[in-house]
Amino acid sequence: MVRAFEAGITIGVVAPMIGMFLVVRRYSLMADTLAHVSLAGVAVGLLFSFNPIFSAIALSVCAGVGMESLRGSKRIFGESVLALFLSGSLAVAVVIISIAKGFNSSLFSYLFGSISTVSPSDVWIVLSLALIVFLNIFFLYKELFLVSFDEEVAQASGVPVRRLNLVIVVLAALAVSLSIRIVGVLLIGALMVIPVISGMQYGKGFRTTLFISIIFSLISVIVGLFSSYYFDIASGGAIVAVALIIFILSLAINPKR
Amino acid sequence: MQLAETYIELNNVSFKYDKVNVIENLTFTVRRGEYLGIIGPNGGGKTTLIRIILGLLHPTMGSVQLFGKESHDFKERYRISYVPQHSTQSELGFPATVFEVVRSGRVARLGFFQSFSRKDNDAVLKAMEVAGVTEHRNTLVGKLSGGERQRVFIARALASEPEILILDEPTVGIDIGAQKTFYEFLTSLNRKHNLTIIFVSHDVGVISKEVKTVLCLNHNLVCHGFPEDLLSESVLKELYGENVAKIKHQHV
Repeated sequence: MVRAFEAGITIGVVAPMIGMFLVVRRYSLMADTLAHVSLAGVAVGLLFSFNPIFSAIALSVCAGVGMESLRGSKRIFGESVLALFLSGSLAVAVVIISIAKGFNSSLFSYLFGSISTVSPSDVWIVLSLALIVFLNIFFLYKELFLVSFDEEVAQASGVPVRRLNLVIVVLAALAVSLSIRIVGVLLIGALMVIPVISGMQYGKGFRTTLFISIIFSLISVIVGLFSSYYFDIASGGAIVAVALIIFILSLAINPKR
Repeated sequence: MQLAETYIELNNVSFKYDKVNVIENLTFTVRRGEYLGIIGPNGGGKTTLIRIILGLLHPTMGSVQLFGKESHDFKERYRISYVPQHSTQSELGFPATVFEVVRSGRVARLGFFQSFSRKDNDAVLKAMEVAGVTEHRNTLVGKLSGGERQRVFIARALASEPEILILDEPTVGIDIGAQKTFYEFLTSLNRKHNLTIIFVSHDVGVISKEVKTVLCLNHNLVCHGFPEDLLSESVLKELYGENVAKIKHQHV
């Protein structure tokens, strides 16, 4: 339980930090797409009996780079790129799972999150990856803000837009992969997006909205993990359900926005 | 009389997009303190020209020099600020205050891992004051009117303390009353602050009235000089076709 909290709180901070940049760029489905890609990665890890987090990271980072390259080439619409990778990676995951002779309890915990299967090494992996994501966002905040708000002006200002876009998708891929133990691949997208859109209901600036989102995300994770422990329910579902309640309350508090 | 310093110099610049000539053999210079209006028909290459100057597109032929340096070697991009043609809906949902947006104009002056200093904040406050958006400092950009939002984007452009300000169709989506104030503001920036301005517009009336020099572009250079000398009916016909007549009026 303590390990689940350590990992959960870390994820609670990092997920909305990345989610914020995805939501404002109208790229919310990116998190969900990367989550489906990481499911294929988990399936590969389980098939070949090595830590599925590493294969999930490798596959989702590669997919993130591929998606950004396709989007940047402007040969395919951005949302079509997401649809392509989302359904394509799910197909690959299903095929690999079939080869491995179907579902088992281990795969179920990766799908929906579990607090009982978090090992000490998982906690260290989550902490290290989260630190990478946090430091990148902290130091590149001003450039990421400009690129998110106005890509054309950023480019005209000499900001390396394509490289920063790649940074965002790679960080998103890392955030998704490090969250799959606690939240599960099917629900991590929700944890990255729902606290952010809840935070946006309060009509504040970018930085304040980001802080509000992190607070909402942390409340969701802490209350969700307690519920998971006491009611014996999947942690991912419990966390996202709390995030949804916060979103509904935020909408109700700010009805005119 | 000594000529002012050359800021932008284009020599025989051509640009092709999918084997179609968008710009052909364009040669002209922009000097310090100039207020240049670029006019031409839709698809005549105005925005492409701006994007070439900004380094967002690379010419197929010819050379572009910025402040005496070849464009591809020019690193001090903060010296040229850009206010793009905005779809007025795009920023409406973005959770950013006016201060945050204007401050992002300083990013070009700072290196990676460098945070905003007091000097940066002072430049931001000054830009907001010049653009007249100080009172909206903590307002979300999406809450402002089209005219106010355009002033915010100009404040962002001014925040980098540029020597050239480039605006692409800046009054799209702004009502006529606000447009008049906006043009007066641009003229004051040019006169009081000696800011070099390049301004793309469809509106020949505005160009003829507001700018010091005009460049008429329809894939190639149709004319370049003082508006009162150039904007004759024959030039307008060459730019926009035979169904054009020049009518003088005073109202906006």
